[in-house]
Amino acid sequence: MDMPATKIVATGTSPDTGYDSFRLGQFTFGRDDYFAHIAWPKGNHIIEIDRFLRAMVRDIGWGFFYGWIFFDDIFGTTNHYGTVDIFAGSYDQGYKDQGIDHLETFPAEVVKEAFETISRNWINEGYDPLSAPLETGSPLGSKTKERTDELVRGFRPATRMLGLEGDAPVRSDQTGHPINRAFADLEFDTPEIECEPGFEGQLHAINLFDHIARADVTWNPSFTAITGASICCVTSEEHMLPVIHGNDRNEWFIQLTDEIHWNIADKNTGAPRGRIVMKSGDICAMPADIRHQGFSPKRSMLMVLENGTPGLEQRYASGELKPYPVDFG
Amino acid sequence: MAYNTRVGSLAAYEKGVIELNDDLRKYAFSNIFEVAGGAQPFERVAVVQNLEYVAEVVRVEGESPWYAAPHDEFAVVMDGEVTFHFVKLEEDQVPGHAGGATRLGAKPNGPTMGKVTARRGHQVLLPKGAAYQLASAAPAVAIVQTMDGPETVKRWSDICVMA
Repeated sequence: MDMPATKIVATGTSPDTGYDSFRLGQFTFGRDDYFAHIAWPKGNHIIEIDRFLRAMVRDIGWGFFYGWIFFDDIFGTTNHYGTVDIFAGSYDQGYKDQGIDHLETFPAEVVKEAFETISRNWINEGYDPLSAPLETGSPLGSKTKERTDELVRGFRPATRMLGLEGDAPVRSDQTGHPINRAFADLEFDTPEIECEPGFEGQLHAINLFDHIARADVTWNPSFTAITGASICCVTSEEHMLPVIHGNDRNEWFIQLTDEIHWNIADKNTGAPRGRIVMKSGDICAMPADIRHQGFSPKRSMLMVLENGTPGLEQRYASGELKPYPVDFG
Repeated sequence: MAYNTRVGSLAAYEKGVIELNDDLRKYAFSNIFEVAGGAQPFERVAVVQNLEYVAEVVRVEGESPWYAAPHDEFAVVMDGEVTFHFVKLEEDQVPGHAGGATRLGAKPNGPTMGKVTARRGHQVLLPKGAAYQLASAAPAVAIVQTMDGPETVKRWSDICVMA
């Protein structure tokens, strides 16, 4: 496998906007007031800058997540759990037919450093790509002052269950997470735990809705409870998922509150298959052969169940496992 | 702006739509409250299957049998109020099967650990090494994260949107 171990290189600073341009392998990255510009030997592509930064910061925080992260229909990454593909047009029939698609594989840490470097240089104070658009400033325009706080947050996973001693904490006023404005109409109480003497700490329960309602990030699932390799993640969703996710395994969505509209397309070609509207209580599988993108008109609560079994991606890719989860007999 | 958060319940839920040029069985689209509404009390109906892992919808009404599993399980109450009673199991009483909850013949004779009373949105640990019983005076709904086991009921064709 051709895997350049190069690091990201800054190639200059725009005298007009003040932003740096970069090169990683044969890809180059630049930005202007409105757009990210990506080029490779046989082609180039632009992505609206808000969408580009929202996708890039999540890709970093997710550790490139499961499978394919499409920043849009053309550009994105594929996680091989140790290495990461950066691709342009590799899953677009038009680019493939013209022979202008491009894909390079890098060590994951090289891509992580590259994306952090680009994001750090291109994000100004007052703009937070993890926040809902109504809750942050604009990324448009020339460089002002770089943010100095952490680029990513909210990604600390539970190892058994949120809130257990020694495990990831639940959000609260004390952790600096007030109830989000969009859930201010809900009432939150706490479960009553009554332990007999000698069993203190062995029984545990949390208000999961309260934890989600306090999230200061959107489209950012984090582990809350683990059964073997079955991972329960929860997330608050508002506006649009700034990536199109093509999973390398089956995953499941459980809509806890409100609704999300999902556009579904073929994973390899991007050909539309239709849509799914999930409302509170709805459950739906996302098969391993699709890409999906969600739109949440009002901030909503979503539970995601993932199977984190190592090597699963190869079993799906080889055809050993079917790309859908249920056998109807 | 005042927001109105919509949360479904047994008494009032609105199901979404699935409009795809694809075999809808691949998406196994169902609804927790619809499944619970058509279930017998304490049937553990699979609504999620991820190879050996499942999530089960449980209609909680009255007192359940006692259950135990060889691993942690987690319940999220989606409607009503559910009281979870726990009894400590001796090492040789912990089920040794591959996974999922198994039904015990009676309340185990170990020490009482305590109870948790949970309502909508609460997530409860059902720890390995403990037996548990669910109870509710009025119909309630929980979804349980667990493994495919002897109590898992599968009737996908009945609960999923097929066309």
